[in-house]
Amino acid sequence: MIDKIVQTMADAMAGIEDGATVLLAGFGSVGQPNQLIDGLIEQGAKDLTVAANNAGSGHVGLARLIELGRVRKIVCSFPRSSDPVAFETAYRAGTIELEIVPQGTIAERIRAAGAGVPQFFTATGVGTKMAVGKEHREIDGRMYIREDALYGDVGLVEAWEADRWGNLTYKLAGRNFNPIVAMASKLTIVQTQHVRPLGDIHPDHVHTPGIFVNRVLHIPYGDPGSF
Amino acid sequence: MSDFAQFTRAQMAQHCAADIPEGWYVNLGIGIPTAVADHVPLDREVIFHSENGVLGMGPAPAKDAIEPWLINAGKQYVTLRDGGSICHHADSFAMIRGGHLDLCVLGAFQVADNGDIANWATSENDTAPAVGGAMDLAAGAKRLWVIMDHTTKSGEAKLVSTCSYPLTAMACVKRVYTNLATLDVTERGFVVRAMAPGLTLENLQARTEAKLHLSA
Repeated sequence: MIDKIVQTMADAMAGIEDGATVLLAGFGSVGQPNQLIDGLIEQGAKDLTVAANNAGSGHVGLARLIELGRVRKIVCSFPRSSDPVAFETAYRAGTIELEIVPQGTIAERIRAAGAGVPQFFTATGVGTKMAVGKEHREIDGRMYIREDALYGDVGLVEAWEADRWGNLTYKLAGRNFNPIVAMASKLTIVQTQHVRPLGDIHPDHVHTPGIFVNRVLHIPYGDPGSF
Repeated sequence: MSDFAQFTRAQMAQHCAADIPEGWYVNLGIGIPTAVADHVPLDREVIFHSENGVLGMGPAPAKDAIEPWLINAGKQYVTLRDGGSICHHADSFAMIRGGHLDLCVLGAFQVADNGDIANWATSENDTAPAVGGAMDLAAGAKRLWVIMDHTTKSGEAKLVSTCSYPLTAMACVKRVYTNLATLDVTERGFVVRAMAPGLTLENLQARTEAKLHLSA
């Protein structure tokens, strides 16, 4: 019997290695796997490359991971989220590397990794600082730059519902980066608000098929807080 | 300065809203562009998109009717109209990058008369630059309009012959709504469509670094 449901945070986080690339889903505080990030803090892996839309805020979650000196490099589109004190402190001190990526390009790089597309060309960023040093190609009269897939060793995802095969649904804007992070990561770890019996999620309503999911932890915390 | 009346921010948003026809798919940037939606009547069906996968946004929710799982790219609580839908981030940016949006409206630091836009960083050595979705929107939407003040607070021109700030995208702005004028970006450069009441072209040109043209 396939059962991807794990019972403890330690089981969910087992095997994450130093130096791993971790893809973090979430946008604002909606659909963000905060408890799994806390689990990663507890688990202890360091020298991490973290890809996320933001660079953390306040002193919790990703910001806490940065404050603890566990993040070597961050790949994100918008490091100036509300209260990015932890990231900015590390950035000014030169203890963290920043790769800034347009939001659509980071999403497509993650999607491409999940779809087996190692590189692609995009018009986004042509003629800007983002294009410096990148391969340019003119295709049908328009200039494009090459971008590379962004693979995760580990992906942290928040779902609304999950079953023991790892089929997932998301709630409203909680979907955001979650489906593509699940696709792009070798080890996809999910926290879910609800666990459903196998077959209860209608096949037409599955957002992420279980093939993209490795572990599911039930964390019914309720609605997202303020952000 | 006192012989003409500037357009208010609400008027700038109204001018833009009046030019959006029914049926367009539209993304509005943060700031004055967001206010454009307030000036499109609900019976003119314009479908508003937000980068985080929200298509078909309606008016802001009442305080007692907030859905905590429904926010826009500006992290504000929003509503969905009947017919609205949710998708993931890569599909949402496929709408943008695949040329499916009819219009994007952004704020800007500078717009050049060839349509270049600079709106994400004000210096080359900005400590921690934050680009978000601006480059995708500028390069990907079918047309890009800008709403911004005509000059900086200290009076420097923002409509220029060459952007001095780091570019967001090249040659993509089609129209600019300012507190002094509405201008098209054409092959001739900036063409003035409308001016604030009492303002002369000479006065407008004095506040504009790029050469202005009158529509033929």
